[in-house]
Formats: sequence, structure tokens, C-alpha cells
Amino acid sequence: MSFISNLINGLSLGSMYALIALGYTMVYGIAKMLNFAHGDVIMVGAFTMFTAAATLKFSPAISIIAGIIVCTLLGVIIEKIAYKPLRKASPLTVLITAIGVSYFLQSLALLIFGSNQKSFPMLFNFEPIRVNEDLILKSDSLMTMGVTILIMVALTLFINKTKTGRAMLAVSEDKGAAELMGVNVNKTISITFAIGSSLAAVAGLFFGLTYGFIGPYTGAMPGIKAFVAAVLGGIGNIPGAMLGGILLGVIENLSKAYISTELSDAIVFAVLIIVLLVKPTGLMGKKINEKV
Amino acid sequence: MAMLRVENLEVFYGVIRAIKGVSFEVNEGEVIALIGANGAGKTTILHTITGLIQPHAGKIEFEGHDLVKTPAYKIVQMGMAHVPEGRRIFQQLTVLENLRLGAFTRKSNSEIQASLKRVYRSFPRLEERKNQVAGTLSGGEQQMLAMGRALMSDPKIILMDEPSKGISPLIVMEIFNMIREISSGGTTVLLVEQNAKKALEISNRAYVLETGKIALEGNAEELMNNENVKKAYLGE
Repeated sequence: MSFISNLINGLSLGSMYALIALGYTMVYGIAKMLNFAHGDVIMVGAFTMFTAAATLKFSPAISIIAGIIVCTLLGVIIEKIAYKPLRKASPLTVLITAIGVSYFLQSLALLIFGSNQKSFPMLFNFEPIRVNEDLILKSDSLMTMGVTILIMVALTLFINKTKTGRAMLAVSEDKGAAELMGVNVNKTISITFAIGSSLAAVAGLFFGLTYGFIGPYTGAMPGIKAFVAAVLGGIGNIPGAMLGGILLGVIENLSKAYISTELSDAIVFAVLIIVLLVKPTGLMGKKINEKV
Repeated sequence: MAMLRVENLEVFYGVIRAIKGVSFEVNEGEVIALIGANGAGKTTILHTITGLIQPHAGKIEFEGHDLVKTPAYKIVQMGMAHVPEGRRIFQQLTVLENLRLGAFTRKSNSEIQASLKRVYRSFPRLEERKNQVAGTLSGGEQQMLAMGRALMSDPKIILMDEPSKGISPLIVMEIFNMIREISSGGTTVLLVEQNAKKALEISNRAYVLETGKIALEGNAEELMNNENVKKAYLGE
């Protein structure tokens, strides 16, 4: 029965990667840039919730909402200040800027909170669910999965059914043509950053709850892995990011349980390399149409 | 007063002066052709009018509004639609989704439905394929979709960039008939074409563009009989 609990923990970890990967993939799809500061937004979200709940003694609900709002604003501000002026610059310039923003956020957190890990407040006091003697499920794992599924359904509906969602699809395919339809491209890019960053805040919450500790570099590794998940699924593709994230979490957790804890990251990255060798556009990536 | 007036327009690509002081006007109800060889600057002019490129100097006025200072996404709301070169339909979306994006700035659902019906009447093939992914359409069908998408904004003027490019001659006929129909429906047309003969056949007046400057202008009929035009553009 431990296999089932390992699998569920893997799915939960994968849900967290999927949430982060969605931010990477949506921003890539619409702004055609890799926002390497995205991982650090998770850290900002976690620290905001930590400060609100542990230092300022706000209720869990208010702390979580505060974290989401701060991250949403942060995402929009980063885009406005750091990336928007570079809309016509080379991709390399934008990439280096994103790495700069990442270091900036890490250093800022280091300055404010110091380098010691902080213990993340237990915002929920769920009892583990005892299915039978052998199978005990962690409630926060189940919550992570449940919330992620809800978010994915909502996001899919939003993109396919709302006007803003359709504007996002149009911008991701052809910015100029979207503008000719009357779509405000700058506003659409801002909305994309807002959505991606709010999902990162939720991921920050799950990270804090799962690991119990947060620090200035908390976002770096999940950020990189979520990026791997986005590429694995096919960067720019939303269902691909969901699939990639969940697969990655499951592979990582099962390798930890059955192969080796030390090797689990190596296995994760090896899977990426193999997938890209076989299918360079990722699992669900579309073939890029050559314009005639 | 002219509906659309372009005055001394200058556009740079980096250090290259692509448009060197172009002036022309389009009156309501006219079909105006902008003809010229590849690289003469026709597409650049259209892109500058609809705000995709910023001019270096000059004026663009549409019904008294200064278009140079208007962001591209606001121009369609003023009643100007642009069918871009290469069609640029949204390949991964369905035909219907493409058409709906054409009506992106319109609020009234019943008006959108009415436009949709009109587009389907003009292009029955689009209705047959409404749930098909646009990237799988043939070149001619994609051109029809691009035109239908522009019509979904219910424009006063429609800018058309090389509608005959890369399309089989039979479909080209159909497309030019449609342009005529759009015009007789009351929509003003500014047409950019390499196929000068076809363009002159359906237009009232025309401007001949040569390396970023207007070389000739006049009635379509006059230009068709002009010796220089015949030699350079009509292959006679």
C-alpha cells in the first residue's frame, strides 16, 4: 500500500510543479519569453504568507489572500518595469534581464528575512486520513491536488470561454493580427503575468505546507523543475504544462522511494533529455508551422 | 472631405527611408488601388495606417481623427479593418473562433450574429467549415476567412493587402468579385496589389508607388491606358 501513498505524494508534488509550469508556459506562449524570475515569485508568495500569519498574526485565509495579491501585483510590476521596455529587444537580452530579476528578488528576501530558513506556519490543521492500517493519506497532499484540479478546470474554461481568454490565444499566435482585431496586447500580457504569478503564490503556499521551511532560495529549484515540466509538456501549451508537471512530480517521488533519493533529480532531468531527443517540441507541443 | 488622408508620410526601417513622403486620399465609397512592384512600400503604408508601424513624419487622418497617435488596437473600433498580407489568420483556432475575434471590440451580440450571417452568405464555404481548424483551410479559403474576419468588425473602410497573392487564378476571380460586392455594400476599399491589372479593373482611382514615392496617380481607366503603366505593370 505504500506505493499508493508514494503515488499520491508524487501527484501532489506534481500538482505544485504544474501550477508553476502554467505560469512559465502562459508567459512564454504570449510574451515569447522565459521568465526565469517566476520561481522566485513562489518564494515571495510564501514569505508574504509567512509574514502575515506568523509575524502579523492574521488569520490563515487573510494571509493566503495577501500572498496571492502581493504576487499578482509583483508579476505585473516586474513585467512593466523589467520586460515591457524590452519588447523589441533580442531574446537573449530579455533572458538575462529575467535572471537579473530573479537574483534581485532573492537578494531582497535575503536582506529582509536573513539567510536562515524560516518555519512556515501550519495554516491548516488537518488530520491525516486513515484509509486502513497501511494506507494513511496526508490531507495537505489531497488538498494540493484538489485545489490544483479546480484551478486547471477554471483556467481552461477562462481561456476557452471568455473574451480575455480568446484574446490571449490570439496574441499567443500573432500579436500584430491580434492588434488588428482590436486586442490590447499590452493589457493581455499584463493579465497573463497576473494569472501566472497568482498561481505561483498558490504554489508557494503548497511548498510551505509540504516542506515546512522557507528561505530566500526556496523558489529556485521548484522554479527550474517547473520549467523542465513546461518544456517536457511542450512550452507554450497549457495542457502540456499540466501533464508535464504532474509527470515530473510522480517520477521524482517514485524514484525517491524506489531507486535513490540522491539520484531522483538526475532521473528527472534525464527524462527531460530523453523526451526532447525523441520529441523536440515536448509531449504535447505542436509542430511549428513554417510561414510561406 | 476625404475619409482617409495620408500626407507626406515618411517611414524608416532602421536607417533606410522606406516611404519617402507619400500623400494620397480615399473618399467615402471609393475603391482605391495602391499598385507597385515588390518592395515599393505598399505593405509598409498599410501597416503604418493601422498603427503596426510608427511613421517618422507625416499625417494620417481618418474621419478627422489623427491615426498616428492612436494605438493599433483602437483603430478597428473607429471603423477601419485591415486584411493583412499573408492573411495572418489564427491558424490554431477554428473558422468560427477567427470570425468571432474579428468582432472582438463589438458589444452587441445580436449585431455580431447579424454580421456572422452576412459573412456566411457572402462566403458559404466558411459556414460549411466553421468548426474546422483554420490552419487546415486552403489558401483561397484562408483569404476568404481573413476577409470575413475583417468584415465582422462592420468596418466603414477595409484595407486589403495583396488578396490575390499565392492563390489559384480561379479563386482570385472570386475574391475580386467579393471586393466589388463589399464595395457595393457601402464599404470603402483601399486595395494594395501587385496584380495591377486586376486591381485597376475594380478600382475608381489608383496610385502607382515606386520605391517609396508616388510615381503616378489618376483614374483607374486612365492609368490602364497609360503607356508607362502598361509597360511596367500590365505586361503589355
